[in-house]
Amino acid sequence: MLLRWNAAAIAAACLMGCATLAQAAGPAPTDPQIAHIAYTAGALDVAVAKQALKKTKSKEVKAFANDMVRDHEAVNKQALALVKKLKVTPEDNDTSRALTRQIKDEQAKLAKLKGKAFDKAYIDHEVAYHKTVNGALTSTLIPSAHNAELKSFLETGLKIFQGHEQHAEHVAADLK
Amino acid sequence: MFASLLRKGRPLWLALPLAVGVAAPAFAETITVTIEKLAFQPAKVKAKVGDTIQWVNKDVLAHSATARDKSFDVIQPPKKTVSQTLTRAGSFDYYCKYHPNMKGRLDVAP
Repeated sequence: MLLRWNAAAIAAACLMGCATLAQAAGPAPTDPQIAHIAYTAGALDVAVAKQALKKTKSKEVKAFANDMVRDHEAVNKQALALVKKLKVTPEDNDTSRALTRQIKDEQAKLAKLKGKAFDKAYIDHEVAYHKTVNGALTSTLIPSAHNAELKSFLETGLKIFQGHEQHAEHVAADLK
Repeated sequence: MFASLLRKGRPLWLALPLAVGVAAPAFAETITVTIEKLAFQPAKVKAKVGDTIQWVNKDVLAHSATARDKSFDVIQPPKKTVSQTLTRAGSFDYYCKYHPNMKGRLDVAP
């Protein structure tokens, strides 16, 4: 089973803490798979943000969660327009599935928390999640992308995710 | 004094440099900062009090120009242009509060 996993799948499976493990050997993801991974990464962050909006009592955490919903929905709308233009059909794959499983597990953990404990866990997750996705973008998704427009879109996506990571770190510092 | 310069036979343009040099106000300028792919272009702007910054946001995301000293916080909705008239002199480092990796600087002369 390990033979089928590519670098990005391994990185996704080791989400919290294994961001540097994306260098493993294996076939690089194709453009349709990359498009699917990028879209999924954004859509999953929207799902967790919506959970946070229902649970948090903190104005700052609410504002951050709203920013995540707004930004990722806008980027994903752009992603859909791009794949339509490029006639690329996003293809489900092990990495997208691993990411989805990880986030479902995280949401189950977050569901059991409330108040300040929830806020801290949510924001800490957001820092780790954005770090991991940034690692996958840098080491695998961007270098593997063949289509120049897709590559450029991912490079802008990396800047956005890096911005989110920093934003989450600011909020984490305020929650201390 | 001007009357003598405008005496018949003298070209009008001789009178103009004096009038403009002595009496003209400094005109307020409009400076454009384009926001595209999460970057402020130009990132460094020199302006003066009374000038207007035109923030042109070409991204699909909302951004902000938030001064580190909290003296301004201008939000630029996606694909919109927002004007900001500069009322205070000083050197202002600013960043986007949604994407803090976006940075810029405004130097405003009195």
